[in-house]
Amino acid sequence: METFRTYSKLVIEECIQIGIGSIFLVGLVATFMGAVTTLQTAFNLVSPFIPDYIIATVVRDMTVLELAPTIIGVIYAGKVGSSMAGGLGTMRITEQIDALEVMGINSASYLVLPKVIASLLMYPMLVIIAGFLSILGGYLAGVFSEILTPFDYKYGIQYLFNPYMVKFGILKSYVFAFLIASISSFRGYYTTGGALEVGKASTRAVTDSVIAVLIADYLLAEMFLTK
Amino acid sequence: MIEVENIGKTFDDKEILLGISGTFHAGMPNLIIGSSGTGKSVLLKCIVGLLEPNEGLVKYDGRDFTHADRDLKTEIRREIGMLFQGSALFDSKNVEQNVMFPLDVLTKMPKDEKLDRVNFCLQRVGLENTNHLMPSEISGGMQKRVGIARAIVNSSKYLFCDEPNSGLDPQTAILIDDLILEITQEYNMTTVVVTHDMNSVMGIGENIIFLSKGRKLWEGTNNEITHSGVKELDDFVFANKVMSRLKNAL
Ligand SMILES: Nc1ncnc2c1ncn2[C@@H]1O[C@H](COP(=O)(O)OP(=O)(O)O)[C@@H](O)[C@H]1O
Ligand SMILES: [Mg+2]
Repeated sequence: METFRTYSKLVIEECIQIGIGSIFLVGLVATFMGAVTTLQTAFNLVSPFIPDYIIATVVRDMTVLELAPTIIGVIYAGKVGSSMAGGLGTMRITEQIDALEVMGINSASYLVLPKVIASLLMYPMLVIIAGFLSILGGYLAGVFSEILTPFDYKYGIQYLFNPYMVKFGILKSYVFAFLIASISSFRGYYTTGGALEVGKASTRAVTDSVIAVLIADYLLAEMFLTK
Repeated sequence: MIEVENIGKTFDDKEILLGISGTFHAGMPNLIIGSSGTGKSVLLKCIVGLLEPNEGLVKYDGRDFTHADRDLKTEIRREIGMLFQGSALFDSKNVEQNVMFPLDVLTKMPKDEKLDRVNFCLQRVGLENTNHLMPSEISGGMQKRVGIARAIVNSSKYLFCDEPNSGLDPQTAILIDDLILEITQEYNMTTVVVTHDMNSVMGIGENIIFLSKGRKLWEGTNNEITHSGVKELDDFVFANKVMSRLKNAL
């Protein structure tokens, strides 16, 4: 019971850090992603036979399936993954991890578990927020540059809507959250050396997590989207 | 009292420690000395259980720590306090939270009792009213003091210090040495201090073990250290300018 309370506290602290650390960048990237997707899709759709609202449909599908879970995953690895690795690496080289161990605390579970759990709680939420902001960004860009009317945009984002895609996008976000948090923690926790190595561990954490996310992205698409 | 028997430690076939034995007594600082890279920190980590020795064993007041079961290990761990070379304060916690941490995880003390104990220890190391400062806001010497307070807060019986005065100016270094000496005598702790500082050796070295290249070459007191007849130890002792002048003057 005591352990449960300690861990809940640690998880909440991590959640707050993850949230504060990434929400601004994630929101910014998501909004622009949607806006740019709208402009580029409009630029590519030159046929008079394709109705304008299809632009909104394209923005929606790209956002839900790929842009929100995956691109935000890359941002998340860069922001949150690198800071997890940097934090743990610093704790390692300054003997803070040894200090925990001397007190008889299992440092791996004490430090890493809350990060992974917090990531599983926070990342899907960030992805959902990013999805909404991306679609909002698309709306703003589309309406301001008079590519399509507000009515068309609203019609387009509901057109042929398949809820399975949302489920798939959220499933992806759980997988990515786990991969990024555990790979980054691993890189940080097993740092040896000095400040230089902490920097390297941070970079490795980002590189490795991004690669893992992209591979997982492909495999999940292969498993769940191909008939 | 801590007894170390025939400790050996290798890292990937590289022998770091070989057949180290020794006894550390209660109520006095016991020193492990030697130049950098000779395995002092590795020995200390073997003693506190951060590293598993390949050979030998460590006894805490007769209790075999190396081969202890989980319960006994936990019991002994609760009696150990350690001051790390860089203080190793948790940098996300303030002074009070750092010192309270062992009580949080090792005891079921009520909150106000914990706070009393923390304040008592902070006062003991001369740091009252610093509770809410962060480790990054205080000097190296103060960090060491907080580290000492954290190491003794759970009424530890055994205190380990890895180079407690590295990175400190000579005056602060002596203050920290004195603090360790006082606390050790006051609470009759078994204290083991790793150092390569001749000031500490002469100041608090009642029981000294000298390591060179992973072996124990000598043991004795600070009164005997200048005429040990061990070449490696003479090289170590008289590498210090003050000591070598002293020797020439005699
Ligand atoms: N975890 C480790 N893995 C491999 N080698 C190590 C490890 N820790 C220490 N060593 C090596 O053991 C030797 C002694 O190190 P150490 O005990 O830190 O020296 P010091 O006497 O300065 O404290 C050094 O050569 C160091 O490279
Ligand atoms: Mg050392």
